[in-house]
Amino acid sequence: MSSPTRSPFWALSIAILRGFLRDRASVFFALIFPLMFLVLFGGLLGSQEQSKVDMIQVGAVPFVDDLPDDVAEAFAQTFDVSKGTSLAAALDEVRKGDADVAIEQQGDRLIAHYTQTDQVKAAVTQGTLRAFVDGINVVETGQPPAYQLVTERVEDDSLTTIQFVTPGLLGWAVAMSAAFGAAATLQGWRQSKLLRRLQLAPVRTGTVVGARVAVTLTIALAQLAIFLGLGAAAFGLTLTGSWWMSIPLIVVGTLCFMAIGLLAGAIAKTTEGAVNLANFLVLPMAFLSGSFFPLDVAPTWIQRLSDLLPLKHLNTGMLDVMVRGQGPGSAVVPLVILAGFAIVVTALAARLFRWETT
Amino acid sequence: MSAIQVTGLTKRYGELTAVDDVTLSVGEGEFVGVLGPNGAGKTTLLEMVEGLRRPDGGQVEVLGEAVWPRNPRLQPRIGVQLQASSFFERLTAREQIRTFASLYGVGGAIADEWLERVGLTDKADARVEDLSGGQAQRLSIACALVHDPELVFLDEPTSALDPQARRNLWDLLSSLNDTGRTVVLTTHYMDEAEVLCDRVAVMDHGRILQVDSPAALVRGLDAPARITVAPGSLGAEEAAAIPGVAEASEGVDGLVLVTREPGAVLGVLAAGDHLAGVSVQTGTLEDVFLALTGREYRA
Repeated sequence: MSSPTRSPFWALSIAILRGFLRDRASVFFALIFPLMFLVLFGGLLGSQEQSKVDMIQVGAVPFVDDLPDDVAEAFAQTFDVSKGTSLAAALDEVRKGDADVAIEQQGDRLIAHYTQTDQVKAAVTQGTLRAFVDGINVVETGQPPAYQLVTERVEDDSLTTIQFVTPGLLGWAVAMSAAFGAAATLQGWRQSKLLRRLQLAPVRTGTVVGARVAVTLTIALAQLAIFLGLGAAAFGLTLTGSWWMSIPLIVVGTLCFMAIGLLAGAIAKTTEGAVNLANFLVLPMAFLSGSFFPLDVAPTWIQRLSDLLPLKHLNTGMLDVMVRGQGPGSAVVPLVILAGFAIVVTALAARLFRWETT
Repeated sequence: MSAIQVTGLTKRYGELTAVDDVTLSVGEGEFVGVLGPNGAGKTTLLEMVEGLRRPDGGQVEVLGEAVWPRNPRLQPRIGVQLQASSFFERLTAREQIRTFASLYGVGGAIADEWLERVGLTDKADARVEDLSGGQAQRLSIACALVHDPELVFLDEPTSALDPQARRNLWDLLSSLNDTGRTVVLTTHYMDEAEVLCDRVAVMDHGRILQVDSPAALVRGLDAPARITVAPGSLGAEEAAAIPGVAEASEGVDGLVLVTREPGAVLGVLAAGDHLAGVSVQTGTLEDVFLALTGREYRA
């Protein structure tokens, strides 16, 4: 025969992959949609620096005007000083939010009128002004300061927003496409009786399942490559030492979320129902697992709750190996937890599975 | 040796007995139809014979093999078209049949030959979602036959098709057992069973009521023939006087003679030169169904 015979495994894999690539909605939700979030978080939030504090100087303020040159430079990095005409007008601007603080000097008293609207700026204003006042006081005594404060950041200098959002968003993207793919395939094939048809063909169930898993893993690894490629090329993502451990994490995470999708597909009665159920499981999980924002500031009970969610462990594992510079060993615990979830949920889905919807 | 041997087959769903003590034998190379209205249990019967459902009672043997549990020796030897069009989503007709061919270890060239045989060569690059109902059924049948099985099951291959598409498909279907292949088809169309099948099993409420050739089933009815003569050619009283005519009455299309001896009556009509526009209607499977169940046949 002129054309070679494909093995059943390859034939099924190619058929499933073609079906995926030709479904614009699937491709959009697996690749484009998460990338939109990456661009949003990485591009917009990442470049946002803390803006300067707008300060209105009312009347003569010798404290500011007479700062030594090097101190004045540091002062200018925090405060954007403009001259005001009257205290009333300046206070009005602060109240309206056009300025953050109005400053006046009465003798040796420096009076700052600030607004609490922006709590961060209010804290910066008070803290920084106090530091400058204390520093100048020490200089005035002519004595060397008793203590010196040296500050150093723990993280690598390159650690920017993109470093934190990429692993979490990637975890969400992988979870979503794995769960949706499995749920939609199971339901769609059951509805069209394709499952029945394949049952009557001389292919083992393992071959059919294997082909579906292989395609989903291929998609997940493509997501990994695109995320890391785009993150590095466009947003300055820098990976740390054992980032390659994210590959086994993605593989096991994909299996885990395919199992969740299978469960949704086994329970639901229609393809739409299966996809909605998968969405219902994955989207809240993404919020609670730190995919969109860090959980460090979340209440303790949410953090405890998130420990029960597989996506949290996938995200933590990837964050550790990709940007926190942890060794390959740090991925072992997340891998074990994800594998455990995958096994338990698959067993549950298998129990609930029916060949037909009737 | 028979291709299919079914004995005392029973399947219950709760209170409902979908298939009730069915015994049926299909010989090699036979074209057998299972005829009955929707809900008669045809599909359930077929699925048990295919090995998709576990019977609650009775035995099934196909090509000398047991069908339950899943029998890998049997699968390459049988072809199956399920009621729904079971396709991989968003593949073209060619990709579809080539995928199925690969599952059976059959090459792409043979798959392409089947596309041509069912008249879909010019639709080879169309996605299955864009095929018409008739084209999808043709593709589905080709996918069931691509590995040249000895026995093929077709579950209502012409349902949901318009009458024209249905008749177009008959040519293809009737050629399927030309090479000695055994064909089992379910249908709820009487005319289809009459045209295609060597033997017909009439099924209702999960039971097979009778199995025979369409002609023998109709003969067994002992129903009178109805001869219609063109209007104005013959008077009703004159017609009623012909020996063998039981009844003569004016109908819409002309004078209708009811007789159990159509040959003799036609002879008399011919002698009187009344044959212009004459038509003879004997019993149909509809009549058989009515006689067997006491109900009008409704598909």
